[in-house]
Amino acid sequence: MAFASPHITAFAVEATEYPDLARRYRVTGVPKTVVNDRIEILGALPEDAFVSQALEAESSPGGDPDGSKSTDP
Amino acid sequence: MGLISPSDQERLRHDFAQMTRPVRLLFFAQTLGCETCPQARQILDELPLLSDLITIEEVNFVLEPDKARQYGVDRVPAIAVLYADGEDSRIRFLGTPAGYEFIALVQAVLLAGGRASSLSERSREQLAAVARPVTMQVFTTPT
Repeated sequence: MAFASPHITAFAVEATEYPDLARRYRVTGVPKTVVNDRIEILGALPEDAFVSQALEAESSPGGDPDGSKSTDP
Repeated sequence: MGLISPSDQERLRHDFAQMTRPVRLLFFAQTLGCETCPQARQILDELPLLSDLITIEEVNFVLEPDKARQYGVDRVPAIAVLYADGEDSRIRFLGTPAGYEFIALVQAVLLAGGRASSLSERSREQLAAVARPVTMQVFTTPT
C-alpha cells in the first residue's frame, strides 16, 4: 500500500525485538496492524478491509489518539 | 551463505531475476547496544549474493542520527527500502528480517524492483486519492 500512495508509510515491526512498541499498542497476537496510532486491525483481513481502514484513518481528524481506549499502563 | 537453504536460494535467485530496476536497502544499526543487529546484517548480506540489483548500505545510527531521523527511524535494527536513485519506497522493517518478515522483505524488494502491485485496481485508485500522511505498522513475530 505504501507503493500506491506517496502519503502512506508502512512499517513491519518484529514484536519480540520491539517489546515497548508491542506494549504500547497492546499487541497480544499477530499479525496486528495499527493505522495512524489509532485504528487497530487484528489478523490478516482481506485487502479491502486494509484499504478502507487506511482511508478512514486519513479522513479522520487528528485529535487525541489514545483518549478513547487507553488506561494507565 | 549459511542462513538460506540452497533450494530457497535458487527460488530467490529466480524471483529476483524478474527485477527490472535496482533496489537499495538502508540498514540502520549500531555497534553497541543492539543485540540483534549482527543477525539482521547477516541475513541482509545474503541478498546481494542472489541479485546484482540489490545493494545494502549500512547507516550507523549513533554517528548519523540526522539520516535516521530523515527516514523516520528511531531505533535499531531497522531497514528502509529505497530505489537505487535514493527515492524512498516508504517501506520500513523494524527488527530482524527473519521468518515471515523475511518473506515480506523479499516481497518489498521485488515490488521496489519493478514487479506489479498485487492490489486490485480499485484499491490502487482509492489509495492514490490519499492526501494526508497515513502510517501503517504491522506487528509480526518470527514464527
